[in-house]
Amino acid sequence: MDVVIYLLAAALFLGLLGLGAFVWALKTGQFDDMEGAAHRAIMDDDDETA
Amino acid sequence: MSLAASTSATGTTDRDLATERLDFAVDGATCAGCMQKIERSARTLPGVIGARYNFTTHRLAVDAAPAIFDPIALIERLGGIGYEARPYRPDVAETRAEANDRRLLRALAVAGFGAANIMLLSVSVWSGNASGIAPETRDLFHWISALIALPVVAYAGQPFFESAATALRAKRLNMDVPISLAVLLALVMSVIQTASGADHAYFDSAVMLLFFLLIGRVLDSRARRQTRDLGQNLLALQRPTVTKLLLNGGTRQISSANVMLGDRIVVAAGSRIGVDGRVVSGSSAVDTSLITGESAPRTVGAGDDVYAGTLNLSGSLTIEARAAGANTLLSEISDLMDRATAGRGRYRRLADRAASIYAPLVHVLAALTFIGWMALGVGWQLALLNAIAVLIITCPCALGLAVPTVQAVATGSLFRAGALVNSGDALERLAQADIVVFDKTGTLTEPDSDIQNLAEIPPEVLTLAARLAMSSHHALAKAVARYAKNSQPFQNVREIAGQGVVAIVDGRELRLGARAFCGVKAPGGRDNAATLELWFRDGDKPPAAIRFGQSLKRDARESVSELKTLGLGIEMISGDREAPVRSAAEALGIADWEAATDPKQKIARIEDLQTQGKRVLMVGDGLNDAAALQTANVSAAPAAALDITQAAADVVMIGNRLTPLVGAVKMGRKARRLMLQNFAFAGAYNLIAIPLAVAGLVTPLLAALFMSGSSLVVTLNALRAKRAR
Repeated sequence: MDVVIYLLAAALFLGLLGLGAFVWALKTGQFDDMEGAAHRAIMDDDDETA
Repeated sequence: MSLAASTSATGTTDRDLATERLDFAVDGATCAGCMQKIERSARTLPGVIGARYNFTTHRLAVDAAPAIFDPIALIERLGGIGYEARPYRPDVAETRAEANDRRLLRALAVAGFGAANIMLLSVSVWSGNASGIAPETRDLFHWISALIALPVVAYAGQPFFESAATALRAKRLNMDVPISLAVLLALVMSVIQTASGADHAYFDSAVMLLFFLLIGRVLDSRARRQTRDLGQNLLALQRPTVTKLLLNGGTRQISSANVMLGDRIVVAAGSRIGVDGRVVSGSSAVDTSLITGESAPRTVGAGDDVYAGTLNLSGSLTIEARAAGANTLLSEISDLMDRATAGRGRYRRLADRAASIYAPLVHVLAALTFIGWMALGVGWQLALLNAIAVLIITCPCALGLAVPTVQAVATGSLFRAGALVNSGDALERLAQADIVVFDKTGTLTEPDSDIQNLAEIPPEVLTLAARLAMSSHHALAKAVARYAKNSQPFQNVREIAGQGVVAIVDGRELRLGARAFCGVKAPGGRDNAATLELWFRDGDKPPAAIRFGQSLKRDARESVSELKTLGLGIEMISGDREAPVRSAAEALGIADWEAATDPKQKIARIEDLQTQGKRVLMVGDGLNDAAALQTANVSAAPAAALDITQAAADVVMIGNRLTPLVGAVKMGRKARRLMLQNFAFAGAYNLIAIPLAVAGLVTPLLAALFMSGSSLVVTLNALRAKRAR
């Protein structure tokens, strides 16, 4: 049963990783414009700088 | 590309300077292409380091070096490619709303993380309880659950705890009180259970409850924020600039918000008057339809008062700005509005009504369950456990989601159809309206004048006049210029302020302008400044008169008849004279109408209808309608309305159409039906769940199934609002 401890730790770690990624995305404004993001996917960006 | 060149040219200096973020409200973007065009043209301006357009809020955020960047250049550049832009400064309330929105999302993510991981452990325990799990392993799983649940609830539960605390301090009960109580008690109880090595712990229920409720909160806050953001954009787009006369005789463009008491403002013929003031010099005809509803222009001269929002038609005016004193029209209107707000019986939202039944009921039930089990002598632990089960399992999930999900879906689909819903409960109130009271000018009719005697003007004459009119900024000339179709404007056109435009074409002199300007004698005794007409003369041919008036909106007839088929009564109350009101009423098939009303009479009529037990939907655009909009049970205004009027309206119709109103009424009814269905479902669910909980039969597994099942049903039902009609 000891292996369960490692499994649990791994599951929690991965979960926290996901949570961290979400909070980072939120903080960098990636959820501010859901509609625009959908359109950006089909924009020609050959000459975008940034 | 040129873009790369210009960025690198200024790039080195930009990096060294501090950058500043500026926001612009930009109108007219409809697709990915527009978004790209806007961003590109912003980026090519000197000093701009980055530009990003937000498609949801229709705002452009520009990072720029303040020393080099010129906002006016950006506005002009965007105007040149067809997007109207205005500087936009988010107010404090909005920044706070945005912060709150993010906080709720973060809380939702944390709760989701907690719920998923605790559920993983709980499922193991449930299956283990059936197949003989070692008690040590179960205790370990419970302890790990506690380790996750405690910080998660401490963080994600804050929105509920704060709201509950506020309510309790004010000695009130709201939905959040039983929710907070259930979550906290469940946690405390579970820790005690875990410490004593019991079979069950309720960590999963507590965290899952928070997760589902937060979904409702997030939806609610997003929907509200989006409509508010766009509403603010509309206001920013309307704030005009005015021409201030400087002491040295020069002029400068300033925002109307920066006008000081006593400033001299020059208003050119054909432009909107940006401030309230008194005419110092000049005389003109002023279109006051937005203020009074009167469609014929009023003649003003030195000493007369003019109001912001009116249109200066014929001559140049110099006015002295003044603050709204005690006797101005504006202050009278805002007095009326204050009174209307105070007198309006606050509408009780469906959700509030549900909560006012739910909150006390669930407390009483939980208390009775506790007392009952104590009386049976099972010990305080089991009694408390069952009482908590009652708190947790009664319908907060379904109830917390019932209204916000429907609102989010309905306002979203209405927005796509061109109606902006300002307040959360507007949909419910729309559903209950049984009579529509329309204003005429600007609401049922076009806000701008249009040619009325098209049949009398030969097409070739009209085309010539239209080509000439293209060179003028005059409001009426602009209406003529619409008939130019694809032809080009003439060269060498001279505009004589307050008179008209003149050009020599093929050796003939073409003139478009005032009656006298075209050499036509005024008929005796008539004040020609107040007649809404232009004259056109082609060389020596007899001059032609072009008469203006307000046409009905293209979809007015159709919308009115559709509202009738929805079972709504239709009435029209206008500040305009009887003749135009009568003809509009006849054209639209409106039997009940009233003309020449002032704002007080409009309110009186609405109150009259209300005392007859009717629920009034008022639609208007003018300053004279603002108080009436406030008095009515629910109200709508076109996007071209004045700020103050839009602020008073529950629904703003985007685009110059009435169809969104019909859509809004239909959607309101549908939304209300779906909300009631959701409540009915929550009620039915409780009929099964409450007895089980009181009897102490609800295990954590059962609670999880009940909660997620009911939330899912309610959400899926709300999604049906997406399909309009």
